[in-house]
Amino acid sequence: MTSTGGPGSAAPPRRHHIVTALVENKAGVLARVSGLFSRRGFNIFSLAVAPTDDERLSRITIVVDVESAPLEQIVKQLDKLVNVVSITELAPEEATEGELLLATVRAGAAERGQVIALVDVFGGKIVDVGPEHMTVMLAGTPASVDDFEHLIEPLGITELQRTGRVALPRLERRAPRLRSIAGEAG
Amino acid sequence: MRMTGAQALIKSLEMERTEVIFGLPGGAILPVYDPILDSSIRHILVRHEQGAGHMAEGYAHVTGRPGVAMVTSGPGATNIVTPLADAAMDSIPIVVITGQVPTTAIGTDAFQECPITGVTMDITKHNWLVTDAQDIPRAVAEAFHVATTGRPGPVLVDVPKDVSNAPMDWYWPASVDDLDLPGYHPPTSGDPVQIRKAAELILGSARPVIYAGGGILKSHASGALLELAERTGIPVVTTLMARGSFPDSHPLCLGMPGMHGNYTAVTAMQHADLLVALGSRFDDRVTGKIGAFAPGAKVIHVDVDPAELGKVRRPDVPIAGDARVVIEELVQALEALGLGPSARSSVSGSSSVEVTTGGSTAVGSAAAARPDLRPWKAQIAAWQKQFPLTYDQTEGGPLKPQFVVEQLRDMTPDDTIVVAGVGQHQMWASQYWRFDYPNTWVNSGGAGTMGFAVPAAIGAKVGRPDKMVWAIDGDGCFQMTAQELVTASAERIPIKVAILNNAYLGMVRQWQELFYAERYSEVYLSPDLPDYVKWAEAMGCVGLRVESAEEVAPAIEKANGIDDRPVVIDFRTDAFEKVYPMVPAGASNDDIIVGPDEGEGGR
Repeated sequence: MTSTGGPGSAAPPRRHHIVTALVENKAGVLARVSGLFSRRGFNIFSLAVAPTDDERLSRITIVVDVESAPLEQIVKQLDKLVNVVSITELAPEEATEGELLLATVRAGAAERGQVIALVDVFGGKIVDVGPEHMTVMLAGTPASVDDFEHLIEPLGITELQRTGRVALPRLERRAPRLRSIAGEAG
Repeated sequence: MRMTGAQALIKSLEMERTEVIFGLPGGAILPVYDPILDSSIRHILVRHEQGAGHMAEGYAHVTGRPGVAMVTSGPGATNIVTPLADAAMDSIPIVVITGQVPTTAIGTDAFQECPITGVTMDITKHNWLVTDAQDIPRAVAEAFHVATTGRPGPVLVDVPKDVSNAPMDWYWPASVDDLDLPGYHPPTSGDPVQIRKAAELILGSARPVIYAGGGILKSHASGALLELAERTGIPVVTTLMARGSFPDSHPLCLGMPGMHGNYTAVTAMQHADLLVALGSRFDDRVTGKIGAFAPGAKVIHVDVDPAELGKVRRPDVPIAGDARVVIEELVQALEALGLGPSARSSVSGSSSVEVTTGGSTAVGSAAAARPDLRPWKAQIAAWQKQFPLTYDQTEGGPLKPQFVVEQLRDMTPDDTIVVAGVGQHQMWASQYWRFDYPNTWVNSGGAGTMGFAVPAAIGAKVGRPDKMVWAIDGDGCFQMTAQELVTASAERIPIKVAILNNAYLGMVRQWQELFYAERYSEVYLSPDLPDYVKWAEAMGCVGLRVESAEEVAPAIEKANGIDDRPVVIDFRTDAFEKVYPMVPAGASNDDIIVGPDEGEGGR
């Protein structure tokens, strides 16, 4: 068994960590995973589920609060779920993360230019335009999505939705620090 | 072969070599009850579904094989939730089959509908809702496999009525490979590197203690544990779930640690420089205040559930694996380091046999350089002498519950199975019985389920009809599940029940006396309401009453002679007796209170 942070355990504590679980695509699996988190008192920042290229499996990407419980406990308890096939945990600096934001903002004639400029700077898209509002879409790193949300907020957001982040191991010059926990004993 | 889902379900249970089903039928499970008439499996009709669950647990406790219970949907299923939670806490393998409303009615709030897989998701090791009759054999095989491998636990298979009525083509999964469990791989053997580290720690320690937990019994590791202890000369504490896994009469056995453990077991752990935790989980009732638990000890932690390693206390050497396999590997590693075969060594300094120092080994080996354990054992022997378990049965005075337990212990066969409920009587039974055989102690440890004893004793007697089974119960517990004595009478299951009747919810009363300034709130039950003798007789049992110390032995003798029906003895015991020693909740184990007069044990 390795310690909580794997090779990076000497680093200062991180606020969050990304755990991706490959799970069987069966009824109730999401409930088992989320139930485990609530029962053990582990906090979730976000959770995203989608099927994989293998129709028998889905991938759940969970951003966990590693201050609510040690990551090692979270991963091990998750691994005990019979429907969880494998788990990969990623430190934020080892992951390529992405998130999608959709927001409807007030954009009458006066603000329209401002909104378009902001969307342009962030590489987003205007997906719907009404007389007084615009709906914008931005896909990017969670940090850029945060920044964008912060900047459009003063304009007046009427509705906003974020997907929660998904992540894959970063491709680096050296091998990614990807640690598969499933099946690892001792 | 073409058959219905219901027939396939019963046939699947037969394939799993199920001898007995504890259950109670109802609407949604009706189709499954029909083929039971044609099956070789014995069905025991309980009076309440909770009884079925605890019976399955008692059966599993004493046989090491999974207990099977079957109930209907809705309230039938919710009534078995408590036994599932109980079995989850104590890692007991039980397989519960529940009926469910037809798949077409699921989600419509149909009559007797309850989403039991959702309800029990967190208190089963896994559960299944079967939606296709063709899946039944595989689901049952998976359920038994998951229940009994790795860390054992309860599982539930929910079968809708239309699924059990539907036709299917019979098959049976030939092997584990035919099961659909891609994410289930429990560990078995330990990591050799860690095992070698553990062996080195053992040989380097001067004050070691083996902390044996319920995992020893689950993995049938009693023999391996005995060998490890005798080879190394390390004293052993046996937790509440591990009583009997190492013989109490063995000179190395220190007995039970924890909140009501004996002084020596608790204190030896506090002073140890090494804890060898085998199949134990650092439960709060064992550790007391965790920050103050065994402060100077390094920890070797062996558990089949990797999540237990580091959950409470970070081990110096974590080993995920089956306790028996790992202990055997550990003994081999110790041999490789030069530990020779050793005779028994005693914790009492007077023993003639000394701890091995590896007489036949090469000079310079780890075993040859091993610290002398004699000062440690002398210290332990001194604690044992200074702080034995005590109580005072005065002549003509009130009947002491400990005296009853000792009399029972001395008047029954050594391999008698003892089953307890939860509370004071449970602690006295664990403290004063002498457990020398594995799987002879059945109780509810983690969940603390009152009412466990009577049904669990019935299940135990069904599993081991050759053995005498005594339930030691409290009056509060007995009232919760006593109706199952009707089941026992009807099915001719001759268990014996000793009610330590102190007319109180005794453990709660004890806490109110000690920690709530003797303000007794809702704990009085009355000694004779109900009349336990009449109640026992009404349920087809023999009922006896004992009110003084001299009546104890004759009553036990009479009960031991009855083998055609259950016996209940109403022992009227001293209501003021308390369980000692005691570590107050949340306190350090160093603050153990030895008894009412002796005050604090000191450090």
